[in-house]
Amino acid sequence: MNVLNFIQSFFSDGSHWHGYDGIPQRVWEHLQYTAGALAIAAAVGLPIGLVTGHTGRGGNALAFVSAGARALPTFGLLVLMFVWLGLGIVPVMIPLVVLAVPPILITTYEAIRTLDPSPVDAARGMGMPEAKVLFQVEVPAALPLILSGLRSAAIQIVSTATIAAYVSLGGVGRYILDGLYQRNYEKVVGGAALTAILALLVLVLFWAIARVAVSPGVRRRRTV
Amino acid sequence: MIAIEDVSKRYADGTVAVDRLSLQIPNHSITVLVGPSGCGKTTTLRMINRMIEPSSGTIRVNGEDILRKPVNALRQSMGYVIQNAGLFQHRTILDNIATVPRLLGWSKQRARARAAELMERVGLDPAMARRYPYQLSGGQQQRVGVARALAADPPILLMDEPFSAVDPVVRRGLQEELLRIQGELGKAIVFVTHDMDEAITIGDRVAVLRTGGKLAQFAAPDELLSAPADAFVEEFLGGDRGIRGLSFLSTRDLALDRSRVFPVGSDWQQLAGESAGAGPVLVTDADAKPLGWADLTVWAGDVQALEPHGQAFEVGKDSLRVALDRAVLSPTGQAVAVDGAGRVLGLAGQETVAAAIRAARQRRAADSEGVSTVKAAR
Amino acid sequence: MNGFFDIPSDLQSSYLGLISTHMQEALVPVLVGLLLALPIGLLCVRVNWIYPPVLWITTVLYAIPSIAFFVVLIDYTGLSKTTVMIPLTLYSLVVLVPAVVDGVRSVPEETNAAAAAMGIGSLRRYLQVQLPIAVPAIMAGLRVATASSISLVSVGSLIGNQGALGNLLTTAMLYHRPLLAVNSVVTTAVLAVLVDAVLVLLRRVLTPWQPASGRKAARRTSTIAGAARTPESVS
Repeated sequence: MNVLNFIQSFFSDGSHWHGYDGIPQRVWEHLQYTAGALAIAAAVGLPIGLVTGHTGRGGNALAFVSAGARALPTFGLLVLMFVWLGLGIVPVMIPLVVLAVPPILITTYEAIRTLDPSPVDAARGMGMPEAKVLFQVEVPAALPLILSGLRSAAIQIVSTATIAAYVSLGGVGRYILDGLYQRNYEKVVGGAALTAILALLVLVLFWAIARVAVSPGVRRRRTV
Repeated sequence: MIAIEDVSKRYADGTVAVDRLSLQIPNHSITVLVGPSGCGKTTTLRMINRMIEPSSGTIRVNGEDILRKPVNALRQSMGYVIQNAGLFQHRTILDNIATVPRLLGWSKQRARARAAELMERVGLDPAMARRYPYQLSGGQQQRVGVARALAADPPILLMDEPFSAVDPVVRRGLQEELLRIQGELGKAIVFVTHDMDEAITIGDRVAVLRTGGKLAQFAAPDELLSAPADAFVEEFLGGDRGIRGLSFLSTRDLALDRSRVFPVGSDWQQLAGESAGAGPVLVTDADAKPLGWADLTVWAGDVQALEPHGQAFEVGKDSLRVALDRAVLSPTGQAVAVDGAGRVLGLAGQETVAAAIRAARQRRAADSEGVSTVKAAR
Repeated sequence: MNGFFDIPSDLQSSYLGLISTHMQEALVPVLVGLLLALPIGLLCVRVNWIYPPVLWITTVLYAIPSIAFFVVLIDYTGLSKTTVMIPLTLYSLVVLVPAVVDGVRSVPEETNAAAAAMGIGSLRRYLQVQLPIAVPAIMAGLRVATASSISLVSVGSLIGNQGALGNLLTTAMLYHRPLLAVNSVVTTAVLAVLVDAVLVLLRRVLTPWQPASGRKAARRTSTIAGAARTPESVS
């Protein structure tokens, strides 16, 4: 009855390691959903967050939109999209993107907006074009926060992408739902453990990105 | 030359930040804008590089209306230094300084070489080149700010309260450094401060602005101190403007008293009997360097027993303010005057200084129309 | 006609009944989460080294899908509301503990020093000085936690109709009645927006000391003689 026993027997069962329902296949599917949704959400959230943060305009509209997006129930949206659009990847992507955009959008906006204004003032004063002010001065300094927004969005997607299984798609959610229907707790717990491991991988990945992308001048200052 | 002509800045809510200001800011000199909070001095400065657009009036740089130049090109042609330096925390010191040359399209190598040269110029250790701003003290960061502003060798330097956030000792050093650099480079510097002492220390000319953005007085520091235009300027100058004004009067024409300075080895017993030995005398060594004060009625010739002479002032270099200060601090009421090599030229008592002040006043009254250009006295 | 508000009888509840169940299942966990987050937050602020491991644990917990939690809990608490509410409480904690810690840490050092110098004890300092100043951060956390809680209750429908408004979703799939799914999504979203609005109002009431326009004035205001800047930088 122990959760750890379940995890152990799940992972030591050889049949879980190959085939279309094997762990590598399910994890690969899960990673695809996650990367796809995160990429779309970033493509929407980052530019809008950067521009609004840079100009300082539209903050209220932004808060409004993201509060609205947060209010949309992810699971409900999935079912609704499935009922409307039928089987496919799109009904899964839409709720995941809706889920991931608010944290990316708001964090990016706040990261830029709350920067120390004096380097920005200095950059303008020395005649730096606006695009360079944004990308050479503001973004490098705001990068740790921007990355944290992306990271929290990624973790939420990893966890929520399990619901894709409910509309007959794959991913590690498959184990959880199949386990639920088959009353097979070992599968449920195994699927949950896989999700947690993927989340940890996301943490490690973002830590590595931050190591490489964030200037030591910014990094040190934040930890002090 | 920067010509500010009839410039006003009004905001939508009706606030007037600058009210019909006209100023001629000459090349190769430091012009200070000073005044209390809300006097529009920063607004005026920021209108020169178009960080703020005037509501009316024109600003010309060497005859050309600044509106006719692309705004970023205009800003790249002016150095800009702000209060907390505004360094880019993600860039090394060297790359911070190289920013504007890079913007101007210089190669990375050339920009960095130039940056290294400037670090030296502003007195920064070359070992700091690869460090990040957080690793520097406030004063060092401000030096980097100045170096960054100078990097593309702009003819104009705009400085917005650059030294306000550092402690007084460091600020003093930065001011001296700025004067030294200005002596070498001769830029047109516009310097905003709320600190009148700073304005007088570094300004060739000082524009005092009053709340509401009106010009109260535009004059050289000594003129400001000796003849404030109105009660507002007088108030803003503070209570000791008389004393501070002495900073601008030279000690060159002081009537020094040479009669009571004697080298070691003099016939002290004989001197004690003469009138010259009646008061305290200054004993010097063989090179005419001061050793200390002696009261000949009790002193027996022992150099160790001399009373310390305190600090001397250098004739021609130090101002009357320094001379007076030394006289006040001296145990005998006499300041020791020396030349550049530290050799005693004579003594100046408080009355001697007072006489020099009176003479200077009379001279000023005689050519009251003439603009004073005394600057060497500092 | 299978109408918008035509709730199938097998759900054994009226529309309003579903709403009230949904609110209960969503808000009770947030409240419990807040009550737990306050002492945990205090502990994390006091004992500095606890916070990073707490953050890691909560992040991993957050990553575990709610449905997995539900299934594991069925054995202990059955097919009940409690089974839904326990995981939601944990998720609330994940959002609220960092909110409390960051909020308390954002209290200026001078304020803490002044309070200590006045001889205010550390528990009273936490309750009367630090927490009130942390209210904006905590309220921001509460908004995120409630929105996510209201959204997640629906997943409870997968374990035998414990998802309140979410039960409409499974029913919509079962009888193929898309309108019921629309009803579920719209009602849930409206509830979330209304609760969010209440929280925003609550923050205004609790923080009369904050300027109405937020902290917006701090940045990029043109220098009208430095009126909006910090005291030491006025022109």
